[in-house]
Amino acid sequence: MKKLINDPRSVVGESVAGFGLAHADLVSVNADPAFITRKDAPVAGKVGLLSGGGSGHEPLHAGFVGRGMLDAAVPGAVFTSPTPDQILPATMAVDSGAGVVHIVKNYTGDVLNFETAGELAEAEGIRVRTVLVNDDVAVEDSLYTAGRRGVAGTLLVEKIAGAAAERGDDLDTVAGIGERVNLNVRTMGVALSACTVPHAGTPSFDLAGDEIEIGIGIHGEPGRHRIAMENADGITDRLLEPVLSDLKIEAGEQVLLFVNGMGGTPLSELYIVYRRAAQVLVDHGAVVARSLVGNYVTALEMQGCSISVLRLNDELTALWDAPVHTAALRWGA
Amino acid sequence: MLLDTNWTLKWLTLCAQAMAGHRMELIELDRAIGDSDHGENMDRGFQAVLEKLAEAPPETPGAALKLAAMTLMSKVGGAAGPLYGTAFLRAATALGDATEIDSAAWAAALAAGRDGIVARGKAETGDKTMVDAWTPAVDAARAAVDAGAPDVLTILVAAAEAAEAGAAATDPLVARKGRASYLGERSAGHRDPGAASSALIFRAAVGAAA
Repeated sequence: MKKLINDPRSVVGESVAGFGLAHADLVSVNADPAFITRKDAPVAGKVGLLSGGGSGHEPLHAGFVGRGMLDAAVPGAVFTSPTPDQILPATMAVDSGAGVVHIVKNYTGDVLNFETAGELAEAEGIRVRTVLVNDDVAVEDSLYTAGRRGVAGTLLVEKIAGAAAERGDDLDTVAGIGERVNLNVRTMGVALSACTVPHAGTPSFDLAGDEIEIGIGIHGEPGRHRIAMENADGITDRLLEPVLSDLKIEAGEQVLLFVNGMGGTPLSELYIVYRRAAQVLVDHGAVVARSLVGNYVTALEMQGCSISVLRLNDELTALWDAPVHTAALRWGA
Repeated sequence: MLLDTNWTLKWLTLCAQAMAGHRMELIELDRAIGDSDHGENMDRGFQAVLEKLAEAPPETPGAALKLAAMTLMSKVGGAAGPLYGTAFLRAATALGDATEIDSAAWAAALAAGRDGIVARGKAETGDKTMVDAWTPAVDAARAAVDAGAPDVLTILVAAAEAAEAGAAATDPLVARKGRASYLGERSAGHRDPGAASSALIFRAAVGAAA
């Protein structure tokens, strides 16, 4: 294992410290317990927006803290949910009295820890609403699993709910908009290689040189099935088909197309995937009204990508276009 | 013999030693069907428990388990933190202020812990989770008490053996809860890491009484 680290046990702390130094104009970092808040938090009268999860998905979530998006991010250990003793003080730090929305990816650990923290916050007199993100279509039978996972669609929920909070919507409205984004986005991912968790030291799963893993999550866990390597267009078609059939996109509908890298795939390849995905959507009769391409919701150095499609309407498009100023996403501000 | 505060402290110490000693083994089990973090998280969590116990040594078994519960909940993360935290907290509540615990009280505390895990995680027997180690252990402890086993060591041994058998029995199961459930059929053929760490905890309880 070759990694640019000093000690596997200090990876998250040192990375968060560097993030805080690099973006001191945007964020404040609390070292222990670890959480990152928007520099001017709490913003008077504004609903607070907090997300968190295991580390290793950077820039998610800390990279999206700032005006028009998150008020706080809570990083856990690598691929491990943060704990209530972090989530509670972060929630208190961004509550202006208007309440706080927790955006939680649907993984058992995240759900349990945020549930506990939410109860503790309510006991402190803070109103908390939770938006559970579960955009991953790879999980087919949710009756016999922990349910669909929250993956790249989380970024879209954070951006759009963040814009709603920024324009002054109240707690229930912001949470409702977050839920509407979640209901209208679907994602499917592929891994060309596994990733190595620093403290484990070996790749999170074994993949032969000519194999790819379809239907992966973002924690280095294996996916649904394994197939022989194909070309970019073939893989794109495989990822997009279940997304479109699950979302039931009809001709004439406007969509946002998001091609997300898993961390180890160059942008040039992500654009090759985007090119094919956009063509398939057009053939399908959809209108690709907005797009995003890049490494945003990653799994360390994993090679691969995910494709997300979000069904838009005028309000969601306007909220997507609203100004945002964070370390990893910035426009109009 | 009866279980007392010294036994409880020794148990938690042996748990920490077991998690440190089996850290890589638990990481490997989790690597196969999860995300490679279980051994790391349990090791970190129980080391933190030892630090907390050293800072302010508790005076009753219940107080020691409550301190362990709060520490695990805040240090382990993932699903294991809240689940083990809830189990220790419910067991602590069941023990109350008692300074000495007999067989029946211990069996009842284990049952309370298991009920806490089920309530939080919503897993059932056979879902390939830590419940598959806890429920056989609780049942074995209860059965030993009902059979009139006078010695609490007998209860601890019965629970540990049942937990180990229960953990081994998760090997062929298809996971229905937790991160392994995303693998579907491919989760069969691997031991559940949470059941494995639970078996270590039950075995440490025997060591503390020996």
